[in-house]
Amino acid sequence: MGKKILLENDHVPGIRGYDVYRSKGGYASVEKALKSMTPEAVTEEVKKSGLRGRGGAGFPTGMKWGFLAKPPGVARYLICNADESEPGTFKDRYLMERIPHLLIEGMITSSYALGVKTSYIYIRGEYFYIARILEEAIDEAYKAGWLGTNILGTGYDLDLYVHVGAGAYICGEETALLESLEGKRGNPRIKPPFPAVEGLYGCPTVVNNVETIAAVVSIINQGGAAYAAIGIGKSTGTKLISASGHINKPGVYEIELGVPVEEFIYSDEYCGGIRNGKKLKAVVAGGSSVPILPAGLILKTAAGEPRLMTYESLADGGFATGTMLGSGGFIVMDETTSIVKNLWNFTRFYQHESCGQCSPCREGTLWMEKVLRRIVGGQGALRDIDLLWDVQSNIEGKTICPFGDAAAWPVASAIRHFRKEFEEYVTHPEKISDVKHYYSVNNLPVA
Amino acid sequence: MNAVKEIRFSQESLELIEKMIKRYPEGKHKSALIPVLHIAQAEFDGWLSTEVMDYVAGILKLEPIEVYEVATFYSLFNLEPVGKCVIEVCRTSSCWLMGAEDIIRHLEKKLGISPGGTTADGMFTLKTVECLGSCGTAPVMQVGAAYHENLDLNKVDNLLDKFRSEGNRKCYTDRITPDQK
Ligand SMILES: Cc1cc2nc3c(=O)[nH]c(=O)nc-3n(C[C@H](O)[C@H](O)[C@H](O)COP(=O)(O)O)c2cc1C
Ligand code: SF4
Ligand code: FES
Repeated sequence: MGKKILLENDHVPGIRGYDVYRSKGGYASVEKALKSMTPEAVTEEVKKSGLRGRGGAGFPTGMKWGFLAKPPGVARYLICNADESEPGTFKDRYLMERIPHLLIEGMITSSYALGVKTSYIYIRGEYFYIARILEEAIDEAYKAGWLGTNILGTGYDLDLYVHVGAGAYICGEETALLESLEGKRGNPRIKPPFPAVEGLYGCPTVVNNVETIAAVVSIINQGGAAYAAIGIGKSTGTKLISASGHINKPGVYEIELGVPVEEFIYSDEYCGGIRNGKKLKAVVAGGSSVPILPAGLILKTAAGEPRLMTYESLADGGFATGTMLGSGGFIVMDETTSIVKNLWNFTRFYQHESCGQCSPCREGTLWMEKVLRRIVGGQGALRDIDLLWDVQSNIEGKTICPFGDAAAWPVASAIRHFRKEFEEYVTHPEKISDVKHYYSVNNLPVA
Repeated sequence: MNAVKEIRFSQESLELIEKMIKRYPEGKHKSALIPVLHIAQAEFDGWLSTEVMDYVAGILKLEPIEVYEVATFYSLFNLEPVGKCVIEVCRTSSCWLMGAEDIIRHLEKKLGISPGGTTADGMFTLKTVECLGSCGTAPVMQVGAAYHENLDLNKVDNLLDKFRSEGNRKCYTDRITPDQK
């Protein structure tokens, strides 16, 4: 069994409530930080831990905190990103639903480190019932004296609020989130200025993912060095993986970074193998935006090394043969899956969710969806595959926010690794419903 | 659908809105717009008419255009009348892999409507939505605040019966927390 930090007390009955959470050592990090550490010392521990943002980009959290501007007399904000809309990702929901106080504790400790007096949890609109769970937990925390004025008699004041969104994937992008929190459309801002300098209401702001903030609790309790001792290299600590698709045991798993992908998919401790005795065809390892990999390349790197669940190992080989850890949304596809149809589904998603500010993204996602719909409908031509390639390459890197890349990468990777399947779709449209056919056509190593 | 009704929040909603506005700094009350639109949608039959949006603008001291801009951006806001029960089915990746298409087709057949449509008796509206963050329990649909997970056609039928028997509840009221601070 791997070491569990975030979900250590996941199965303790009543852990959602304050009393049980407290009895299991809850809020110790707040006590320790406020009573015995300076804010700078808290940030220092987070730096030492090597913790990297769990929202998708993997940016070192301590470094991000270090960038926060601190002009005197200006308010600063910490915003928890609980928008969780990346297809395939449902770990933040799990954490907030099961152990809401872990997030609240992390918010208090982190807010103290950043010198923040008002914090918000921006939660996606659909998670109404989780917003309610958080509100109840926040009430309990106020009553017990962990929030409000003069916390623990230390003179530190903090207010924490939940803010519910209204359905828009783009609001997970941090500057779109800030716009949304200000009561506007979720249009990403041009950077710079970065949120660390001009964020919410023009004030210095840190935006961190739910899981990132929850990890701070253990880092302060056990020390940054103890956290850094878990994992491999620059992939320290544990990571929540949302596993879905054609597996025996879908769900949220806390892994020590470094678990081999093969073990994660096939061991009974995690996904328990492919459903119905089928074979593995492909995996999207880090949420819909990261490149899809065929079975052979997700289990082993191009050099034949076992692929591990770390930022580095999943990215090994670059986009030619690798992918990304992303948000940890691990979508498994068996041999009956049509990669072409699946790509059409993804692209339809991006077309629907583009905020429409930049023409490469707005028009490009529209075109890609159209062309893929044509191919899936049996009306495609060989030149459509080149057209798709061309369109995606004209989005990547040419937009205001990384959504454009996120829409382009799935298309590029699907064509890169499964081109034969696309070709068969347009040359033998009569065989479109024969998924087995496409499995053999791809001629890929079978796992 | 319903005769001209005076657009006015209940006392309870007005108090909730007061509390919402206090969550944001002085002068930043625009931040309360999305939360207030959720309250409005729950109170005024599940959708936002121009009249309702203008009323919200008045309450929050915003220009009507500021409210329209937001209401039209976010997919949870309905800009046309909906049925008493709005069924939102996820159509994205993991749900799609696990049979969302069959669920949607089944609902279309049973209700006699396509996504976006409302049944003639005003009971059901069918919507398809993007990933609900419930991919491990796919396929999934949301009704009000509740998630219905690991769906199959049988489960869908039972749910439809249940919704029908609860006939006259107002949609979305369970999305609002009356006990919010
Ligand atoms: C299109 C898009 C969607 C995103 N969605 C989310 C999200 O749902 N949750 C999240 O934490 N980060 C999301 N991010 C990343 C955020 O912009 C930001 O990097 C993150 O919240 C920072 O937190 P972290 O450093 O703790 O990961 C998204 C980014 C993009 C470009
Ligand atoms: S890349 Fe797409 S989502 Fe991002 S700002 Fe441009 S149009 Fe909007
Ligand atoms: S894909 Fe349907 S809930 Fe995520």
